[in-house]
Amino acid sequence: MTTPAQGVWSAVGMIACVVVASTIGEVLTAAAMKSIGDLDDIRAHSGLKGAIRAVVTCPLFFCGVGFLALAFFSLLFALNHLNLSLVAPACASLTLVTNAVAGKFFLKENVDRRRWTAAVLVCIGVYLLAH
Amino acid sequence: MPHHTLSPRQYLILATVAICAPLGDTCLSRGMNTLPPISLAHPATLIAAVFTPWIAAGIALLIGFFASYLTALSWADLTFVLPATAFGNVIVALFARFWLHEAISLERWAGIALITLGVGFVAQGPSLTERPPAELSASETLKLDDSKHVETSTNAALVEKEPVR
Repeated sequence: MTTPAQGVWSAVGMIACVVVASTIGEVLTAAAMKSIGDLDDIRAHSGLKGAIRAVVTCPLFFCGVGFLALAFFSLLFALNHLNLSLVAPACASLTLVTNAVAGKFFLKENVDRRRWTAAVLVCIGVYLLAH
Repeated sequence: MPHHTLSPRQYLILATVAICAPLGDTCLSRGMNTLPPISLAHPATLIAAVFTPWIAAGIALLIGFFASYLTALSWADLTFVLPATAFGNVIVALFARFWLHEAISLERWAGIALITLGVGFVAQGPSLTERPPAELSASETLKLDDSKHVETSTNAALVEKEPVR
């Protein structure tokens, strides 16, 4: 039998797993897509097959998909144990902030004041909307 | 040349990302709630869950989301795409209010206002960070190579026109 404190920590652990795996997966996928180039241009140049080939021959893309799959199964596991009203807003809003930090430091994106403000507003908004 | 403003087609791709993701998550949630609790001791039951109708529908929507999301990430920053596509949450809430006639509390209306404001903020800025030429992507390098070919052939044509001294 689990105590309330253990229940809180297990919920924190499940949500943290989803957020961390999702952030790593999204950063790796974004890096892969930037290394491939504009898919619209590739499709115009080499057709849909060329665009698919460009994506599936990028090893970084599969690393990203691996972590996104891990995040997906962690989400399924969390939804099976916790309420959607807790898991969805917590994961969605925390992932926005962790991605903004990861985008700045790992992808060297220009996260200016406008993007920080947007990330924080959307984060609070998602929490209020889904709570 | 990096894309700083989006075309209508690119806005459509962002809209597909925004709509498919929350709808897919809702289908997954409904599917998982109909199943008995799953323990870590039997991970194979998670795989079996994939083949139930609601979860299969959720996965189909999430595949549509993922294809659009990858396309969006190829021409826009991650920190632009994520807040911009959060508008899908607002669409689902409005859908619940006006079609399913669900009640929306004051807190939720505040959430809708904040997301709309956040999306408006990020959408006004550039969609892609400018990179120095050394970090150009493969396709951009390809385009540069193509333009070099054009330049070389133009020079060759000019040389041909010049009289030999």
